[in-house]
Amino acid sequence: MWTFIHKMGSPPWFFRFSGTVVKWLLPLTLVLLAVGAAWGLLVAPPDFRQGNSYRIIYIHVPAAVVALAGYYVMAFAGAVSLIWRIKMADVTMRAAAPVGAVLTAVALVTGAIWGKPTWGTWWVWDARITSMLILLFLYLGVVALFEAYENKTAAARACAVLSLVGTVNIPIIYKSVDWWYSLHQPASIKFTGESAIDSSMLYPLLLMIAAFYCLFAVTVLLNMRAELVWSHRESGWLQQLVRKA
Amino acid sequence: MSADVPLLSLRAAFARQFLRHFKALMSSPADMANPLLFFFMVVTLFPLGLGPDPERLSTMAPGILWVVALLSSLMVSSKLFASDYEDGSLEQLAIAPYPLSVLVLGEVTAHWLATGFLLAVVSPLFGVMLGLPQHGLGVLCYSLLLGTVCLTLIGAMGSALTVSIRRGGLLMSLLIIPLNVPVLIFGTTAVSEAIIGGNPSTWLALLGGLAMGSLALVPLAISAALRVSLDN
Repeated sequence: MWTFIHKMGSPPWFFRFSGTVVKWLLPLTLVLLAVGAAWGLLVAPPDFRQGNSYRIIYIHVPAAVVALAGYYVMAFAGAVSLIWRIKMADVTMRAAAPVGAVLTAVALVTGAIWGKPTWGTWWVWDARITSMLILLFLYLGVVALFEAYENKTAAARACAVLSLVGTVNIPIIYKSVDWWYSLHQPASIKFTGESAIDSSMLYPLLLMIAAFYCLFAVTVLLNMRAELVWSHRESGWLQQLVRKA
Repeated sequence: MSADVPLLSLRAAFARQFLRHFKALMSSPADMANPLLFFFMVVTLFPLGLGPDPERLSTMAPGILWVVALLSSLMVSSKLFASDYEDGSLEQLAIAPYPLSVLVLGEVTAHWLATGFLLAVVSPLFGVMLGLPQHGLGVLCYSLLLGTVCLTLIGAMGSALTVSIRRGGLLMSLLIIPLNVPVLIFGTTAVSEAIIGGNPSTWLALLGGLAMGSLALVPLAISAALRVSLDN
């Protein structure tokens, strides 16, 4: 176990390992996405109240779930890089930030598209929507801070500090926004919530969530590999690999 | 560190750093007055923009005052460590035989006294201008007193992260505005609650909790951020 973790810290080893992972994970992701999307969009029954417009949850919910998990991945990598100064943790963090930001944006945009026919408006200051918006700001802050630093090693550590502070803050932000919402407007919108989601709709949703997790992992790994190729373009091991291929 | 210089106690080191910074702030009263003037002017903009209807202004007053307080704390924090960074005293602090977080806390405390504390003390005046009911004024002052502790600390963290970046001021605002959301919510809710005759103590307690939590944790983040900035 420990040897495995130590090996992960070495860029050449990680590059080879991630290559194998991506080779299997990428097809798996595509299959999961295709099956989940086809199941959710074509096979699952329409909602009795919302008709077909509810089907956007097969994109919206997975994107939102993974966007939140992505922040913790980023912050965890940041903590690892601050404490143990592992180079690969830096790379993970900086690879995860833009992916998480895009997923958050996808969740917000799909939510707005769904909200228009369902609630009659693109945007409501609902607690969950507002929290997602703030999550997007947190992600964008990390990306912007990384871009602003000249020295990329220092940039990674600065982002690690910021994302850790953000992690401590996220539960507080969520709770405060929740209270703010319940105070300012008594629930005007009820999510279809109470009646538990039917299994014919739930299974494709779970499948899509799994697919989005895989998608996140694959994108982050590909991002990391691109970063490694760029930062090690002068090193022997990479040139050897290129010559072999 | 030469052996013949005796180490100060942590408390004395904190006090020295506090006094050093406080004297520097006191020597330029204009710099202390500017944030207040900013606060004053932006508060003036709201009746001009929203119309002078006292009814409407008084219901919006808690939000307006708190948002403006947040903005002015952003403005004053953005340059907190700039001069220390430029003249090299930050590097001296970083290699001093005391925890950087304690020294930084001394500096931030002085900064808070000159900005956040002052703002909280004069805030009832602005509350009156916006027609905030009498019984809301005390809560406004109290909530700002607690809230500016958080705002100043988080602002100092943003300043520490961006001090080595040219034109870091705007970036700093982007980084810390989302982190200030809970403070804003608790603060405005406390004041609004007081206006409608409710009990604001829950919200003040939450603000106090946030202030204590940030006092304990944020200096660590500030010192980590300063060390990163010195490496850049």
